[in-house]
Amino acid sequence: MDSPFATAFSLIASGDAALMQIIGLSLRVTLTAVLVACAVGLPLGAALALAAFPGRGAVIVAFNALMGLPPVVAGLVVYLLLSRSGPFGSLALLFTPTAMILAQTLLILPIVVSLTRSVVEDLWAEYREQLRSLGASRLRAAPTLLWDGRVSLLTGVLAGFGRASAEVGAVLIVGGNIAGHTRTMTTAITLETSRGELGLAVALGIILMALTLALNAAAWGAGQWARERLG
Amino acid sequence: MKQTRRVILSAASGLALLAAPPAAAQAFITVSSTTSTENSGLFGHILPIFTAETGIEVRVVAQGTGQALETGRRGDADVVFVHARAQEETFVADGYGVQRFDVMVNDFVIVGPADDPAGLKQAPDAAAAMAAIAGTGASFASRGDDSGTHVAEKALWEAAGVEPAGGWHLSTGSGMGATLNTAAQAPAYALTDRGTWLSFRNRGPLEIVFEGDPVLFNPYGVILVNPARHPHVKAAQGQAFIDWIVSDVGQAAIASFTVGGEQLFFPSVE
Repeated sequence: MDSPFATAFSLIASGDAALMQIIGLSLRVTLTAVLVACAVGLPLGAALALAAFPGRGAVIVAFNALMGLPPVVAGLVVYLLLSRSGPFGSLALLFTPTAMILAQTLLILPIVVSLTRSVVEDLWAEYREQLRSLGASRLRAAPTLLWDGRVSLLTGVLAGFGRASAEVGAVLIVGGNIAGHTRTMTTAITLETSRGELGLAVALGIILMALTLALNAAAWGAGQWARERLG
Repeated sequence: MKQTRRVILSAASGLALLAAPPAAAQAFITVSSTTSTENSGLFGHILPIFTAETGIEVRVVAQGTGQALETGRRGDADVVFVHARAQEETFVADGYGVQRFDVMVNDFVIVGPADDPAGLKQAPDAAAAMAAIAGTGASFASRGDDSGTHVAEKALWEAAGVEPAGGWHLSTGSGMGATLNTAAQAPAYALTDRGTWLSFRNRGPLEIVFEGDPVLFNPYGVILVNPARHPHVKAAQGQAFIDWIVSDVGQAAIASFTVGGEQLFFPSVE
């Protein structure tokens, strides 16, 4: 057996169309899920930090607990919702990339909400007097606090990206691992493992890790740059 | 505020870009099938021929037979292509499928450690081979997932008069490949379809220790999911696929698929 590193390198170097398609789909699904989770989770987390309502504690605990939601359960829930025999069957979304995005959003959202809540809560405690003296109400202060906590929030978003790009249970169930259509890096690794092609499976794993590393490096670099430029 | 709005706007436009569907809007059908057909590479061989002829793309979801039939029952596939005859006939009788067509046959083999501690190489038939495993306390790795292979295994235990329970019977609850990976490590005996075995690369100490008994024949059937029950089923395209695969051209395509020079699936349409 060739070294998995050699296999990984020659796979990339060959620019294999099927592999490129798999990488493209993996990134498209996970990055979209991260964006949707942020669009919903940042305001929701901030609102949860700043608003006072009965049952707030229970909601916070629920979101914290959902960070431990097993991917396969998230997949199963989305599967049952989107199946033709389920409530949203007429949308014909099962076994499509959209279904995979939904399942991964479900996995990332609790991380984004919980982390945003915690960051905004701390910042509010710190700047409460100052913001109040400027006449900002709790909810009006949310955008300012989110912007102020952007570096900490970025870490949470990266954690969400990591959880989604690494999981296989959810995308396998709702995507079906269809060649050329819903096959991602992780489901391809599962398939090659089940075929006993362990070298190829590890090579795909190395490529996935390299992509994750590159993305994290880019995010870290952007954070550093922003800190220097904007203080 | 301005900054926030800009962030939201750019996020939204990025979202629209990423969520845009791929350009190709070709006609397609979804086929729920088994890991044996997909993992062996059969579909990779025959489907491009079908698609070139008809312009219909075939999206295969590879699952165990039990799960593949469930996918059909829920209406999440247009065609099921599996190997567990009794379950297939129930599927049709219950009104979930239109009609079952014979497609092809391959066979099961029993693989095990090359030193063959239970002496399967001398067994006169499959039932005796299974009884020998149980009798000597050698390990057996079972799919345990209600797949076609698992159903066949249970029938063999029954024929051997053995209750498959105890520490020697390892129920992996996973696909054929994962079960073979387990068997190679244990090491343990395992029942596998020949197709998955021939294309399996991580054999470790395993080799074929028993084969050839006619009870090990493994017939595949193809069924159109009933449009009367699930109106969204693409009946015309699904039937076109079934018509093609049982036609001379489709049957020849199946026969021409080989792994390492060996034919894996044998056409069963006369």
